Amino acid sequence: MRLRFSRANFLRMSAVLVLGVFLLGASDDSSRLDRLGHRMMCVCGCSQILMECNHVGCTYSETMRQELSSAIDAGKSDDDAILAGFVEKYGTTVLAAPTHSGFDRVAWFMPLVLLIVGVGGCVWIVHVWHRRHATAPAAAPAGLGADELNRFRDQARKETDL
Amino acid sequence: MPQIGSFLLLLALALSGYSFVFGLVALIRRDPAFVLIGETARRAGVASFVAVLFAAAILVHAAFTNDFSVAYIYQHSNRDLPAAYKFATLWSGQEGSLLFWSLLLSGYGFVLRLRHRTDERLFAHASVIMAGVQVFFFLLLNFAARPFSMTQGQIPLDGAGLNPLLQYPEMVIHPPMLYLGYVGFTVPFAFALGALIMKYPGDKWIHITRHWTMITWGFLSCGIALGAHWAYYVLGWGGYWGWDPVEIASLLPWLTGTAFLHSVMMQEKRGMLKTWNMWLIFITFGLCIFGTFLTRSGVVSSVHAFAQSSIGNWFIGFLAVIAATCVFFYLYNHSYLRTEHRLESLVSRESSFLFNNVLFLLICLVALSGTLFPIFSEWIQGHKVTVGPPYFNSVTVPFALLLLLLTAVGPLLAWRKTSLESLKRNFLWSTIGALLIGIILIATPASWGPPFGLRPRDDLGYFYSLLAAILAALVILTVFAEFLRGGRVISRHTGNNLLTSILQLGHRNTRRYGGYVVHIGVALVFIGVLGTPMNRSAEKEMGYGDTIQIGPYLLTSRSYTQEETPNYTGDKAIIDVTKDGEPVTTLYPENRMFTATQQPQHVPSVHSLLRGDLYVVFEGKNPETGRPIIKAHLNPLVPWLWLGVLVMLLGTVLALFPNAPPIRAVAPSTVRAVVHAPAGAGD
Repeated sequence: MRLRFSRANFLRMSAVLVLGVFLLGASDDSSRLDRLGHRMMCVCGCSQILMECNHVGCTYSETMRQELSSAIDAGKSDDDAILAGFVEKYGTTVLAAPTHSGFDRVAWFMPLVLLIVGVGGCVWIVHVWHRRHATAPAAAPAGLGADELNRFRDQARKETDL
Repeated sequence: MPQIGSFLLLLALALSGYSFVFGLVALIRRDPAFVLIGETARRAGVASFVAVLFAAAILVHAAFTNDFSVAYIYQHSNRDLPAAYKFATLWSGQEGSLLFWSLLLSGYGFVLRLRHRTDERLFAHASVIMAGVQVFFFLLLNFAARPFSMTQGQIPLDGAGLNPLLQYPEMVIHPPMLYLGYVGFTVPFAFALGALIMKYPGDKWIHITRHWTMITWGFLSCGIALGAHWAYYVLGWGGYWGWDPVEIASLLPWLTGTAFLHSVMMQEKRGMLKTWNMWLIFITFGLCIFGTFLTRSGVVSSVHAFAQSSIGNWFIGFLAVIAATCVFFYLYNHSYLRTEHRLESLVSRESSFLFNNVLFLLICLVALSGTLFPIFSEWIQGHKVTVGPPYFNSVTVPFALLLLLLTAVGPLLAWRKTSLESLKRNFLWSTIGALLIGIILIATPASWGPPFGLRPRDDLGYFYSLLAAILAALVILTVFAEFLRGGRVISRHTGNNLLTSILQLGHRNTRRYGGYVVHIGVALVFIGVLGTPMNRSAEKEMGYGDTIQIGPYLLTSRSYTQEETPNYTGDKAIIDVTKDGEPVTTLYPENRMFTATQQPQHVPSVHSLLRGDLYVVFEGKNPETGRPIIKAHLNPLVPWLWLGVLVMLLGTVLALFPNAPPIRAVAPSTVRAVVHAPAGAGD
């Protein structure tokens, strides 16, 4: 039996699968301490994520983890407020990623802008080249000499070789 | 001896200077009288390698003989350092690593200059450019970072010792591999610039360049993977990639080099993207130099701080010279790079290469801008920000997944234009297979362990992991389908069995099928990475008999022991691991204190299975209670990452093998009759 694979069928199938992906099941609750701890850096200068700092005798990471744990235990429900407290105490470098405010937003926008420019530029180039190719007059097929035939054979070999 | 080393470095500078200046003169003056001068310049370049080789040997000799009158040896070695690490002293500090860099550069130049008969004029241009780069590094070694500087005052009895992080077997292999990759990109750069300068006719230079680039790319891939492996087994934080500026510095030229290895096919096959390819090589080489600047200048903070200094300005100056030279010759000779064909369809091999290149470049730009963002932030906002793993993971993973999609789709698209029928034929069953795998991963219970039970709804990381699993499966299935299809055709024609036919197929076009094997390796690497969101860890103070439960494993502390060597003293934990009451293994995580440097070092103990690693670290002792602290990580699927790297390297080696001679099809007798028709009959 041959499977019919029209574009409409493919789109329907994809939509069902994507929906399925989002509707099936739910994950375990991740630890808030772990999640917030992974959004901060240890400030001892090791350039490691707070929850991953493993220096023997590091005087910062353990204290910071305890402070974070205390803030969560104290019932602070706003993650951003907890992080702001750490920024106030340890400075802006305590956050492991730029914030979504002020100049920091540039860091988040840049990849998106680059993606749009890059892929958009690519599509545009292909489109322009394709249009030029389509409007170019077709070469006359008659009167091919041996040299030209050899050249075309060589081209065909190159283009089908890989 | 150190004085002889200094003299040899000066000699190497003079020889490479001669090679550059007189090689240049011989190229400019095409007079036959200058051919001899060109030959002397080539030989001077060859001799510069011998000089720097002896200089490096003298530094290694100084390490082995504990000659602490050399400041570099005093700073990076000590009497009790094991022999292998004494050898590694050569690249463990700023001055030594620059000497090692120069040695490899001169070594590449040596090979290039010995092979000059391949194409004398092109190789002469490349040799001069190589000599120019050599001059820069020898200037550094003679005036900015001298490896043979003498210790001030009284000569110490023992050295300060080697950084404990570097005292690991991979540190004897990782830097040479990485440097072979970094430095090796000078060769494609020299050929590309040489071809541009002389408006090299034909595309032979691109074949030569591609071959060198593949070798270099293989070394760089191996170096990066060894670095990740070293980070995993030495740094003890349970991860292998932390988006540190030094790591990113090695990734950037790898990305552009990979882009070049793809787009160069468009130039070879269709005469397209000539300007793009030229600039990809220039940028790749520039990124190698920029990466060196980044990691040694101290402009960004890095955990690899052992090689920072004030030589950044030298690199900035050199980068400016490279950029100016490339731009000048491009503007002067850009008409030489006119494309022969244009893209004809959005669904074609050419456009897939174009998108692939854009994505590689985008990842490169995003990683670079993220690395430099703290500097921009300080200029504009007046304060630094940290751009760490959460940022890089968020912004690069979507690009990487798109690339993985192209890895699956691109190789099976036809040149010029692909029909819908061909798409269906090539991808239908692979796509169905990959989607089925995705559904199985979602529908199975999480209790089966990763990667089963991937629920993408709550966590973006899980969603990415699911996509990565589906796309990796698609890559593997399409490649297998392609091997199978080609193997069947050969089997039908030759009568050999399918396996032999597949091997024959690979041997007939090693580059193509070696490339496919690399793609399988890439898919395996993605499988190794997709377990990351499911990582688990647990930490506990453990006395005798105490336990930690992590995933299905129960860890029980059996006892603790001490080890004493001349180089370090170590506390070792003996941990029994059981699963469902059955013994699995015994792990021995260790915490070492190095005698010379008085620095501690964790040595994790890992139980590795294809489903994941149980990774146990002796974190140290609680200063108040004196009880040992044990941290256990459960890292699903990580071994697939190392397996994937091995497969990638295997594919690279396969792609470097020469093709088997093509089999000439025998014309059927009826056709033969036409072929042997009287001359002129058909003309």
